[in-house]
Amino acid sequence: MPSVDGPAAPLDPPRSVSLTARLAGALALLLAAGGLLVAALAFAYGRGAARQAYDRLLVGAARQIADSTAPRDGAISVDLPVSAFELLALAPDDRVIYAVFAPDGRIVTGYDLPRPEPGFEGFYNGDFGGEPARFVVTDRLFAERDLSGPVAVVVGQTTRARGELARDITEHALVLVALAGLLMTALAAFAARSALEPLRRIERAIAGRPPTDLTPIGTPVPREIAGLTGALNRFMDRISRQSAATRTLIADASHQLRTPIAALRAQAELAAEEPDPARQRAIVGRIHDRSVTLSRLADQLLNHALIIHRADAVPRERLDLREVAIRATGEADRDLFASAAELHLDLPEEEVPCLGDALSLVEACKNLLFNALRHGRPPVTVSVRAEAGRAVLAVEDAGPGMPREHWADATTRYARGAGVSARSAGLGLAIVDAVARAHDGALRFGHTGEGHFIVALELPGVVR
Amino acid sequence: MRRAVLACAVLAGLGSGAAAQPGPEAVARYGAADAAHPILIQGALDIPAFAPALEAFVASHPAVAVTLEQWNTNDLFAAMTVACAGAAPVPDLVISSAVDQQVKLVNDACAQPYRSAGTAALPPERNWRDELFGLTSEPAVMVYNRALLPPGDAPASRFDLLDLLRREDGVYAGRIATYDIERSGIGYLFAFLDSIQATTFGGLIEAFGRARVVATCCSAEIVDAVARGEYLVAYNILGPYAMVRAATNPDLAVVTPSDYTLVLSRGAFIPKGARDPGAAGAFVDFLLSEPGRRALAETYLTPGPGNPPEDAQFTRPIPLSPVLLVGLDRQKRARLLALWRETFPETR
Repeated sequence: MPSVDGPAAPLDPPRSVSLTARLAGALALLLAAGGLLVAALAFAYGRGAARQAYDRLLVGAARQIADSTAPRDGAISVDLPVSAFELLALAPDDRVIYAVFAPDGRIVTGYDLPRPEPGFEGFYNGDFGGEPARFVVTDRLFAERDLSGPVAVVVGQTTRARGELARDITEHALVLVALAGLLMTALAAFAARSALEPLRRIERAIAGRPPTDLTPIGTPVPREIAGLTGALNRFMDRISRQSAATRTLIADASHQLRTPIAALRAQAELAAEEPDPARQRAIVGRIHDRSVTLSRLADQLLNHALIIHRADAVPRERLDLREVAIRATGEADRDLFASAAELHLDLPEEEVPCLGDALSLVEACKNLLFNALRHGRPPVTVSVRAEAGRAVLAVEDAGPGMPREHWADATTRYARGAGVSARSAGLGLAIVDAVARAHDGALRFGHTGEGHFIVALELPGVVR
Repeated sequence: MRRAVLACAVLAGLGSGAAAQPGPEAVARYGAADAAHPILIQGALDIPAFAPALEAFVASHPAVAVTLEQWNTNDLFAAMTVACAGAAPVPDLVISSAVDQQVKLVNDACAQPYRSAGTAALPPERNWRDELFGLTSEPAVMVYNRALLPPGDAPASRFDLLDLLRREDGVYAGRIATYDIERSGIGYLFAFLDSIQATTFGGLIEAFGRARVVATCCSAEIVDAVARGEYLVAYNILGPYAMVRAATNPDLAVVTPSDYTLVLSRGAFIPKGARDPGAAGAFVDFLLSEPGRRALAETYLTPGPGNPPEDAQFTRPIPLSPVLLVGLDRQKRARLLALWRETFPETR
């Protein structure tokens, strides 16, 4: 069971700024910046539109005045059209200034304006009585016997209406932006709610479960939070496996230890009641043998549980499979090979890297060695090699190995194939298989060319 | 009661025409001599026509004293043109019936804006730029002498007037009068507006010449001459002058032409550089208020109990707008005056 160091964490985690507040903040920033941008753009557009609209009025009025000019007795006569001024009066609050220049540059009628550059036609900005004003110059060419050349008409108007129109357009644009902003805010609030709805569904699904239910969450969720449910499911799976391992350990222990201990006790009682010292010694010898077997069984049970626990709990690190083999043979020598049977190591020159937990792998290797020595025929060879992206650790003995029909369930606990002695608890291959699975690898059985039995632990390799 | 408020009314008739320096024709003073806010109003107006309004104003605004100068329209325009150029002191308020001249002065940046609830309530044609305000509502009318004109001849429109002018019997030859548009700004304005309002103008001016219509000055003189029987009909007379006299003289008939009636709103503005624009604005507000309108209605300057407003269908209010600048264009004016001179050679 995992232990908790220090004070227990509260059940409700500390809260950071709410998503809605973050969204609102980001949106407010966006709208403020967007609003400023739109205001600037709208004002620029409004000014452009107002300029275009009122420039047309101005040039229309100037053309009408130009059309009303006529040569008479060698001079220019102007019959100022009312319609031209009605046109200008469409900007109702603006003052009007105008002048008509004869070809010789003298003012025919109108205000004392400076004469425009000969040949210049178009708009310019100026000032009329202390107010900014917009002017247009338009020419009309005469080619009469006594009068020829351009008559220039200048019409100007103050810019109050233009400013008002530009302001008007800007205000309308800003009202639209404000409305759009409100709409966006409402949509964002709605989006936040509906986006978080799957989380609430998961919350309800988890909250509604019985405490022992550790099955994966089946609630359908959008892709965006599938990662979260995936992580959650994997987390629960780990807890589930650990609790299963715990259950297995307890079950194994109760099942496997109870009988030998009961037998041991019976033997001990027998020994206590045996008056004949010789027979009593024989019974004590059996008690000793049974104790050794029981000790090994307890070892294996605990190892199995430890390895299954480590497979989930200990981070994998990069290691060299050759070192695993060396450590395993070294420890096996000490622990198992009292008989000093033949043991060979066949290691390549180069590193065979893989990701894994060294302790589990060493334990697995030791189990294979133990099996080979116990049930196989010496000499035993431990080989390590890298092949086709895999790192392989194989243990080979000179015997025929277990029959092929036992291979499929050899890793099942308590499987007792031919040649499995009473001294083994039958957990060795189950441990190796658990280690292989925990490392995303596999356990394989086979025969060499010479008919030697070989058990291989294949792990995914890593690039050197 | 009115006399009690009237502090002093001086009518100083000045010789017109020969005077090199144009000046006021008359001056009147209203309010206490030591009032905190003495203001000067220069107006192209008849002092008696505005006297009731001024008396009511100083009665309700004891801190203000008003010096009112009565000017001829053209003289006032010339004097204000000089004053606005900075060459002479400006008054606190300028009022003129020649609204085209007023528009021109405002257009030439002579006025300062004034905004109040009263000016904001004015319709757009009576408020230009918050600088020029239309104070009154005065129709251009025809006046005839009931005692001398056969009932069947009474004109109701310009078409009727044309018929009288074209009569072969010569009864009306030399007995119909109108403004001399060269000497009277308001006469010129009416003639200019007639020229752009209707096609009857050409026929009218031609008939004026044939019937030897008398062009003379000014409103009061013309109406008095109709009352005396010197003229039978007068055309384009500013309504209030005729209505005031018709109220006491049953022989005088005032007709608002039924084809169309020009309605003039006398324009007022506060010049830039006025010494007391606040008091001048208060006077404008007073004239636009209900008591001010009642006082103006006494002399028929606005519609009132004895002076119902004209049928809107036939009225053509003269808007305070830059369109009026056209009439003051020197070439336009020269053309209209040339036409006038051809029509009235004997007045020259």
